[in-house]
Amino acid sequence: MQKSKRTALAAVFMALLCSTGTVCAADGSPEVDTGTTAWMLTSTGLVLLMVPGLAMFYGGLVRTKNVLGTMMHSFAAMAIVGVLWMICGYAMSFGSGILGGWCGWNSDYFLLKGIDETIMDCGIPEYVFAMFQGKFAIITPALIAGAFAERVKFRGYCIFIALWSLLIYNPLCHWVWAEDGFLFQKGAIDFAGGTVIHISAGAAALVCAFYLGPRRGYPKTAMHPNNLVMTMMGAGLLWVGWFGFNAGSSVASGLVTAQALTVTQVAAAAGALSWMILEGILHKKVSTLGFVSGVLAGLVAITPAAGAVQPWGALVLGLVSSVLCYLAIEMKNKLGYDDTLDVFGIHGVAALWGAIGLTFVLRPGTIDGSMAHQLWVQIEGCLVSLAYAGIMTFILVVFVDKVFGFKMSEDEECAGMDHSLHSERGYGMVNLNS
Amino acid sequence: MKLITAIIQEDKLDEVREALTAAEIGRITVTRVDGHGRQESTEIYRGHPVAPNLIPKVEIKIAVNLDFVEPAIDAILKSARHGEGGRVGDGKIFITPLEECVRIRTGERGNEAI
Repeated sequence: MQKSKRTALAAVFMALLCSTGTVCAADGSPEVDTGTTAWMLTSTGLVLLMVPGLAMFYGGLVRTKNVLGTMMHSFAAMAIVGVLWMICGYAMSFGSGILGGWCGWNSDYFLLKGIDETIMDCGIPEYVFAMFQGKFAIITPALIAGAFAERVKFRGYCIFIALWSLLIYNPLCHWVWAEDGFLFQKGAIDFAGGTVIHISAGAAALVCAFYLGPRRGYPKTAMHPNNLVMTMMGAGLLWVGWFGFNAGSSVASGLVTAQALTVTQVAAAAGALSWMILEGILHKKVSTLGFVSGVLAGLVAITPAAGAVQPWGALVLGLVSSVLCYLAIEMKNKLGYDDTLDVFGIHGVAALWGAIGLTFVLRPGTIDGSMAHQLWVQIEGCLVSLAYAGIMTFILVVFVDKVFGFKMSEDEECAGMDHSLHSERGYGMVNLNS
Repeated sequence: MKLITAIIQEDKLDEVREALTAAEIGRITVTRVDGHGRQESTEIYRGHPVAPNLIPKVEIKIAVNLDFVEPAIDAILKSARHGEGGRVGDGKIFITPLEECVRIRTGERGNEAI
């Protein structure tokens, strides 16, 4: 698995040959492998599809008056991070290490101007790899938005995710996935973004939820989801998109891709099944929201492990993941903090479990060293991500709140984001004007 | 017996319900309505401001015995205002005489049934 991730980056550093073997033109430059390119283009589309999926998932879970504002959080990330990634995100993530390895830089990647005709060693145009990775950069801050749903100003949010992407996502991405990143070199296994995406988003979510405080009226006032149908549809899109997320992270179109795709399906199904059984035992009824929470718990848990475990391992990761996430949400309710859509409870906890738990169910021959050593490396990766994302997010959230204003005023929050921030209404059908 | 009909802002519903509950008034009927008062609220679609001629509100209907009319009015006044001085669009309370009230389950009538 590490081999395949390395091959993905080989072209960036011209260091290694692809496991699939590089086909070269007469002048020695790599030729396009149409099969791999086709799959990577598909994966890029699939991962982008997850963002509207997330918008629907989150949008359905908030109150009617906040549906548009919440969906805008996901869509805004596509615009803001979409541009930032092109300008400097790719360079900071996948360039050679600078500033003592804090982030990368490569002037060729600035504005993507130096990769106009680059074909990577694994046979895909570098544009495809840059865009594929860009989708991960987009979805990460969009995930965090669930923690402070229904109560933040749009301007503050936009500035926050721009800074978060630059100062937290790009360095983390560099440490874990770039050839000279320090966690990559330690041999930390993170196939598709457990530490880079879900743990960092979870840690950031927890910090934001504590700093910004609960929604006004929480937990006394009833705050029901406005549209669980949309949440179900969003979860469906996330599940489908996750095939691109995980199987696309093989940056190939071959055996590892098939392995990653299979374990993704198994873990998602196992997570959903586990949550259903849990609710059935505890409440005698199975809820739709529980079901989709289980799907996500399974998908997040398999994300770091997708290239390193076999289907039975995915089954274990998925089944256990839902139990842990369920307990995490119970704990949140006991402690009384308002991580509105359970970003830490699902993404943070499931990714921590996946990143650490994968050690016990590894495919034989994945690691050279001992299991104990790998376990320590995995824990180290989790701690680095938790600490860095947590501390930096705290600095950012204080800065944005003090300088630009982050939390909505009481009147704005009462009237709802849609009307206060966007002067619109989500649902025409409940309004006689429409 | 009186029928109290209050038209209030959507976001004040929870507070009004809490205030009514505190005044021991728990039997209410709530409806989403659209109406036109003196309040203007602009919405923007593709940069084009639109002033809807009808604004969404919440209507609360409460049937009460005479002793409860004033407490109900006080509770609504206290809780349905925005800020100290209130705001245009905070709503109205109508009070109408109620001829009769019948509880379906038992067939009771009048004050007992409310």
